Amino acid sequence: MKIDRRSFLGLGLGAAAGVTLSPMPWKLTDDSSIWSQNWPWTPVPIDGEVTFDDTVCTLCPGNCGISVKKVNGRAIKIEGKKGYPVNDGGICLHGISGLQYLYDPSRVRFPMVKNGDTWKQVSWDEAASLVAGKIKELKDKGMADSVACVAGSDKGSIAGLYKRFITSVGSQNFYTVDTMEKTWEMLIERVHGLNASAAFDLAKSDYIISFGTGFIEGWGSPVNNFLANSSRKERHAKLVQVEYRLSNTAASADIWLPAKPGTEASLALGICSAMISANLYNAAFAQSAGKDFEAFAKFVNEKYDPELVSRTTGVDAAKIKAVAAEFAKAKSPLAIAGRGKGESAGSLMEFAAVHALNCLTGNINKEGGFWTIEQQDSLTWPSVVMDDSATKSYAKPPVGAVTSVIDSGASGAGIFSAVVSAVSGGATDSGQKVLSSVSKLFEVINASEKSPVELLMVYNSNPCFTLRNAKVVKDAVNKIPFVVSFSPYMDDTAQLADVILPTHTSLEMTQDVYSGACIAQNVIALSKSVAVPVYDTKHPGDAIISLAKATEGSVASNFTWKTYSECLESIMGDNFATLSEEGYIASELAPPVTPLSVDFSLFAAFKDSISLEGDAKSYPLTLVPIDTIRLASSTLASPPFAVKTVEDTVLFEKDTLVEINPETADKVGVDDGDYAVITTSVGEAKVRIHLFDGIMPGIIAIPEGLGHSTGAKGEIITKDGSPMAGITGATSIITQTGGVSKNRGQLENLYIGGKGVNVNELIGPVMDPASGLDAAWGIRARISRA
Amino acid sequence: MTQDNHGKKYKFGMVIDLDKCTGCGSCMVACMSENNVPFKEDETNKKDSITWMRVFKLTNGKPFPETDICYMPRPCMHCGGKGDHGHSPCVSVCPATATDYGHDTGIVSQIYTRCFGCRYCMGACPYHARYFNWWDPKWPDGMEEYLSPNVSPRMRGVVEKCSFCYHRYQAARDKAYHEERRDEIEESEYQTACTQACPAGAITFGDLNNPDHEVCKFVNPDPHQCGKPRNPKAFRLLERLQTNPKVYYISEREWVRKAGDNYRDGEWGKEIHSSDGNSHK
Repeated sequence: MKIDRRSFLGLGLGAAAGVTLSPMPWKLTDDSSIWSQNWPWTPVPIDGEVTFDDTVCTLCPGNCGISVKKVNGRAIKIEGKKGYPVNDGGICLHGISGLQYLYDPSRVRFPMVKNGDTWKQVSWDEAASLVAGKIKELKDKGMADSVACVAGSDKGSIAGLYKRFITSVGSQNFYTVDTMEKTWEMLIERVHGLNASAAFDLAKSDYIISFGTGFIEGWGSPVNNFLANSSRKERHAKLVQVEYRLSNTAASADIWLPAKPGTEASLALGICSAMISANLYNAAFAQSAGKDFEAFAKFVNEKYDPELVSRTTGVDAAKIKAVAAEFAKAKSPLAIAGRGKGESAGSLMEFAAVHALNCLTGNINKEGGFWTIEQQDSLTWPSVVMDDSATKSYAKPPVGAVTSVIDSGASGAGIFSAVVSAVSGGATDSGQKVLSSVSKLFEVINASEKSPVELLMVYNSNPCFTLRNAKVVKDAVNKIPFVVSFSPYMDDTAQLADVILPTHTSLEMTQDVYSGACIAQNVIALSKSVAVPVYDTKHPGDAIISLAKATEGSVASNFTWKTYSECLESIMGDNFATLSEEGYIASELAPPVTPLSVDFSLFAAFKDSISLEGDAKSYPLTLVPIDTIRLASSTLASPPFAVKTVEDTVLFEKDTLVEINPETADKVGVDDGDYAVITTSVGEAKVRIHLFDGIMPGIIAIPEGLGHSTGAKGEIITKDGSPMAGITGATSIITQTGGVSKNRGQLENLYIGGKGVNVNELIGPVMDPASGLDAAWGIRARISRA
Repeated sequence: MTQDNHGKKYKFGMVIDLDKCTGCGSCMVACMSENNVPFKEDETNKKDSITWMRVFKLTNGKPFPETDICYMPRPCMHCGGKGDHGHSPCVSVCPATATDYGHDTGIVSQIYTRCFGCRYCMGACPYHARYFNWWDPKWPDGMEEYLSPNVSPRMRGVVEKCSFCYHRYQAARDKAYHEERRDEIEESEYQTACTQACPAGAITFGDLNNPDHEVCKFVNPDPHQCGKPRNPKAFRLLERLQTNPKVYYISEREWVRKAGDNYRDGEWGKEIHSSDGNSHK
């Protein structure tokens, strides 16, 4: 048959029409999607009965109530708990991501001992007897005081047990990582003569002046603040933010006062001066409750006249006076301090200058004001028994002891004795008032030829990441002969440990929780275990109890409880039954009725004592950290979900981006996206540039919470001598088709680890002479094109 | 011709108060956790970073200290399309009927197993609300345990996007049916995960056809103009495209409202006439 052009086209068109009209294209499309989507590794989550388990989130000191949604008993989602006093259904992104911490790839699967370059799996008994042996050895040598512990906080029964352990051994070297709460406590002690914590009735205040706080970026109790902030419009309440950068708080505020960095306290005193000279302060309160008010009035009028303050701060004098007038006129005005998230102690004098505003209005222990909350200690511990050697060692002062001197002017008291908040894990209630600082501890270790600390225990903290000048802290930890970590994760500090006794993550354990974070309410709660432990870990309470038992002697006799739950039940007393049933006990939302006196002499003795490290000539710019809620910057690293929300103007690939004003960039000769090197007297880092109009010229701002190391270096050898393979604890019940083990053999978290720069490797600590604590809020720096 | 929606049963929509939003990111994570959204080691290339709900940061472009910023959460807009007849930009172009307009709810669906990854819908969506799975999702060892059975995990080669937590609607409808309320569900019974999580209370969700629902009270949608907001402080993104989104934004700040669309010089604040005779401000 001859195929001519005509029949060829006819055939072709006929075939095309036939195929189009037939269901074949649709069938093929359908088949291809079926074929390309039935992969055995795509998980098919199993359905089942839905239940909710209520507990309390312990990821930050905010302690929100949470509801954990479960399917067939398997936790699948965390939501905020409606009606809970702290957060009433609200929740932050880290709280929602809580379940990711359970399966964090950097979780330590079993107790491990470091052996040169490798880690070796050991049993819990072996690990405990190894550590106990070292402690006994030191104790026998009369060196019990060289045993130290760094804990995240000193609240609650678990921290109490660790403190009790250190005390029983015979050492005063128990350290917590200081936050703004401690500075507020010291200030209350000095100004009001009370042993109390500070609280702010933010939700009822109608005029808040915030001096550089990250009010809606993780300061205090984050979700509680979100609620207070968003109801502002309806309540006709105003927020004034004093900050050199347009942070989220500044953007949300009604008035943004961009004072030059480091002049915030002067601005506060300038507002005080404007209030006093215009007779806008609460004279009746200042006269009746105040001591040395005249001296303070004279001091601010001479030195902090708004016109003068305007020159140092760069804020218009008229604006200062206007804010002073509005603040004084408000029904419940409130001034708050604590830079960023308030995760470091801060300058006592700066806090004092801010608190002077509260004292001038007299809005203290009133609705919508500043509250002094008595430190609640609902735990009753049996007293600690010490043998002779322990008693002898305990008499020695802690390695990181600091003194704080305040020239308190008119009142004439020279040395200010701060009170270490008395958590009764320890027992000698001799009322010893020794102030110590964890930054000082590592400084002393580094300065000594031989470390004065022989054995360091690290619980619920990550000093090698969170403390200023992290490199020096790492050096110090490396110098300590024996380091024991109780971390659930292979974090920056655990990597340097000799032994890791991995503990449960917060969702796997029960513990008592005390509201803090300056919330105007007392809430005691029981955080319950909502997930079966994924790995061979222990409750941190049980871990220390078994360590005490292995140490034997008088130490063991102070830990008579068989388990942590037995301990908790016995020391909590009546509260335990209530908490087990109700979940939490909340005190009434009423201001405390403590009669109050105000000693104005401290304010009158104001000295701007914190100067930044580095000379202005070689370091012309100021480097400051940025605290954002999306990046966790404390002990825990951010979970993968949170990292995913971080903007590409903060982190791009593995680079930190720093914010600078376009004007600064022009001077330095860099442009958006360029690589640059930041140099400070502490360190150097390669970063990228992000131009932002909202930051004051002359400042470089760098995000906190990045720069975690990736995880374990070196191979992990399991008991049978083989390298660690895959998951060891949990069995996957979820994949009907059978999960594929994605074994890395390493305890690495590559979702946050190895990304960006740790701010603390660029900024060093600055000891506040007034409090003895770290008050660094930045450092002098220079930047150049890389 | 006036645009009109045909009085369909539900028309679910969302109102976001941009003056309340603090950019905290809770909505993004609540969405990821609710909908089994995967994550990769590097999520800094935002073009391939799957975020059904994404919070954008806007600035007014003024120099220090006149600078202002605003955070803008962006879910899927669940467009009604021109005339609000359900011809959403994405639905119109899908060759596989993998995305469809629910005339009973106003929700634009996405059926992963029908999608064969042509990504026409991504090109058609003016809001960049759709994401493609370039890789199979991977969870660290054991983390698959937390996946929810209510939303199917996706696989390589399909497009995904915000569903207004449709499974929550189904659950609420089932419950109502079970309690013999037939199809009448309460406002509080069906809320999206982001609405529930927002600690600032910036997100409101409900039925735009129901005058008792908060969303309706906030924006006062005009039924004769396809739900155009009558509240002068409220706006929809790219209004002049006539996609008729069901996500509304509210702000007291003029520059923020202006950022909701592209305006030529002198156009802002005036009636804008479209080619087909429709006008909007």
